[in-house]
Parts: sequence; structure tokens; C-alpha cells
Amino acid sequence: MAERNPIKRFFALPNDHLGKTLGFAFMVALVASVFVSVASVLLKPHYQAHLEAERQARMAEMMSLLPGMADLLAEAGVESLVVRLLDLSTGQFAEGVDAAGYDQRAAARDPATSMVLPPVADVAGIKQRANLAPVYMLRRGRALELLVLPVRGVGYQSMLYAYLALKPDGNTIAGLTVYEHGETPGIGARVEDPAWRALWPGKELTDDSGEILIEVVRGKAVGPHQVDGISGATRTGNGVSTMLRFWLGEYGFGPFLARLKAGEDLQ
Amino acid sequence: MKGGLEHLTAPLVRGNPITLHILGICSALAVTTSLQTALTMSGALTVVLVLSSVAISSIRRHIPTAIRLIVQITIIASLVIVMDMILKAFFFEISKTLSIFVGLIVTNCMVLGRAEAFARQQPVWPSFLDALGNGLGYSLILVIVGSIRELFGTGGLMGYDVLPLAEDGGWFQPLRLMLLAPSAFFIMGFLVWLIRIWHPEQIETAEFQLQDTDRVGRS
Repeated sequence: MAERNPIKRFFALPNDHLGKTLGFAFMVALVASVFVSVASVLLKPHYQAHLEAERQARMAEMMSLLPGMADLLAEAGVESLVVRLLDLSTGQFAEGVDAAGYDQRAAARDPATSMVLPPVADVAGIKQRANLAPVYMLRRGRALELLVLPVRGVGYQSMLYAYLALKPDGNTIAGLTVYEHGETPGIGARVEDPAWRALWPGKELTDDSGEILIEVVRGKAVGPHQVDGISGATRTGNGVSTMLRFWLGEYGFGPFLARLKAGEDLQ
Repeated sequence: MKGGLEHLTAPLVRGNPITLHILGICSALAVTTSLQTALTMSGALTVVLVLSSVAISSIRRHIPTAIRLIVQITIIASLVIVMDMILKAFFFEISKTLSIFVGLIVTNCMVLGRAEAFARQQPVWPSFLDALGNGLGYSLILVIVGSIRELFGTGGLMGYDVLPLAEDGGWFQPLRLMLLAPSAFFIMGFLVWLIRIWHPEQIETAEFQLQDTDRVGRS
């Protein structure tokens, strides 16, 4: 009996028929991918909201961990942590752009607001860098107390997103906190551990000649420019090192930090 | 429906996937340090197991034999990805402590085992009951192990202090071993032992006899 309906005819084929095998594999893959895609699109806003809350919590936590910062914030009021947008290529503040509404990640993806990094300079593996970057500055009166720079770079298997907090000399680290990553749980993910973060305050970025020396080393750190590595997570540690090297260099906050060190008034 | 319910009840204790088949041990060790993670993992696995069994059972007549494992894994993996995303969206804090173990449900022998051994050959309703029974059996063991480990490892349960800790002026000294993976092996070993006292037919015959070394040495 010849079946007229092609769908019924397809399902009536024996299961080891080549056409049916291929067709069935295609259908299962199609249904599964549509299912996963729809769920992903529907659930993404919820997930993003959690990530954003996490980012703000980490920022607040880093602020509260810095010595004397809680007092300073209480004394000065939270308002004094100002966000300014920086033109990375010149190190000057960008005028006429709303810092509060600026999305650095979206800007880094848009060719109009970002630059493709030359491969030689791209030690952190980020490929495209937004032209503008936010900097967070905490002041007491007019004097700068703390500078917080957002940085990112490729670790072992994911992009690390972090805040680097610097003392007003632009060289001494006040804190480093990785607030988003996808490193191996229990190994590279220990960049989040408070014990490891506690190794950072007081370290120095450069030597007297201005060369960037800060790095995460394997094993025990020696001197003010080295930080203990996490055992088993050498490549995550290297990722942190290259991330800092990039963002402190000429394509990162280098020009801005040079102005800071030259004693320019950064208002 | 006649004869359906034993599919649900059999895997709870007597045919429990963990204690009889010794499946799903990896996740059972890893997520049972606290009751809350054990419960979340149990829920996630049960939902994935039920949905995958129902899906595979409903298309069982058309799965080409040559690619049946790939088809099953595709279905299971899609469900696991979606489950992982749901946990991340609505249970963010818990999903961070479960880390990779939700994703590893794909490789949990139990899920593919039920698909291959049961759902591939049985109608939808018995497959549903069998999957639910196996999921609940897994959950039961996880909850028991998780409760014991959290209670004796930290003195609390679900965030409430149950046993007064010595460091807070009470009498209970937490057993730190309970928070390490070996303790889960010990507890599961005891559970297997208890179930085999109750159901002696599960005791396996020894594959070889130990020799009496004293006698061997003398002869």
C-alpha cells in the first residue's frame, strides 16, 4: 500500500534505512537546538541581572576591604566615588559622554567605538578594545585617594573581568578583585578566594624606570612586584599577569597613569 | 493503570540506582556537603531523568539503532543545558556551589542507563514512573548523605544551628572529615550494608576466596 502523505511515508521506513537515519538525526538536532536557543534567549536577562548584582557586590566588597576605606566612604559620602570616562589613546577624560550609561562591553564589540588591537600588543587576548574606559575615583576634598580601573583578559579557558584599585601614586596596588570568569572550579576559580586577593594590596606595578614588572609567579613570590601563584592554575595566573600588563601599557591605561605620575591635576 | 506502580516504588530502596547499581557516585560525593546543594542536585537530576525518559520513550519506535546513543545523548544534553541555565537564572547562589556538577548530569550513567535499559523499550507511562522512581531513589540517598554530612560536619542543617558548637560554648565538636569526600563513601557503604541486610539476595557471591596465609606458608 503506497502511502501518499510524505511524512507518514518517512516514518513508515524501516529504522535502519539510511535516509531515515539521516533525516531522524537532523530532526532531533533541530528540535534540541531550537529548545536550547529559546531557553537561552528567555533566561539570559535573569542571568545578566545576577551577574550585574555580583559585579556591584564585588566592587562594594573591595571598597570595604581596603584599609580605612569604609571610614573614608562614611566620612565623604558615597557620592564622592565619581565615574569618569577616559579616552584610552590620549589618557584624557572624554567630555560629552554620559559615563553612567556607558557599556564598555558593548562598545568593545562595535567597530565604531573600538579598535582592533595589533596582535603584538594584544598580550591579554582581548582582540578588540573599546576606545573609552570608565575609571572610578574616590577623593577626599580635591585630593585623589583611590583609583579603580576595570580590566579584562583571557585566563585559562575564559575571559577574566576584574577591578584593579590603585593608590594615588598610580603605582601601589590597593586591591585586585576578579568579579566574573569561567575558570575551572576549585582550581583557576580560586582567583576569587579572599585569601588570594589579600596578597595583592601593597604590591607595586613598576620599578623606578617605569617598566611594568607586576606578575603572578609560580610558587612563592619574591619582592614587591610578584604575587604567589595558585597551585594547579598556572595559566590562570599567567592570564592575570598579561591582563595587567596589557591594561597598564600603552593600549590600556598607560597614558593616563603617566599623567597621574607626572603630577597633573586630574579633575 | 495495572502494574504501573512497581516501576515507581522498586527503585526507591530495593533497586536504588546508587546502592544497588552503584551509579551516579561522582555527583553524589561532590554535592552532598550540604543538604541544600543535595536537594538542588536531586531536583535537577530527577527533572532531567523524567523528561529525557519520556522524550526517548515517545520516539522509541523511530530511533535508528545505528545512532541511538547519539540521539539519546543529544536529548539528555539539551535538557541538562536548559536545566543549568534555569538554575543560573533563578538559583544563582546555589548554582555557583554546584558549579560543574549540573553540567555533568550528561555523563551521569544513571540517566543514559535508564534511557538505554528502560525507556528505549517501554511505553511512555511506565518510562515516566521508572524515571521518577529512579530520580527519587537517587534523591533519597543524596538527602540522607547530605543531611548526615552537613549535620555532623558543621553542626547545622539548612543554615539552622542544630547542635551547639564547642567554639560557641556548646558541646559539639564538628567532624571536619564529614566535609571531605571520603566520608560520603563511608556513609554510602553503610547504606549499602543496611539495604543488603534487609534484602540479602543483593549480596554478591565472592569472586574468589582469600587464602589462609598461615596455612599456605606452612605447607
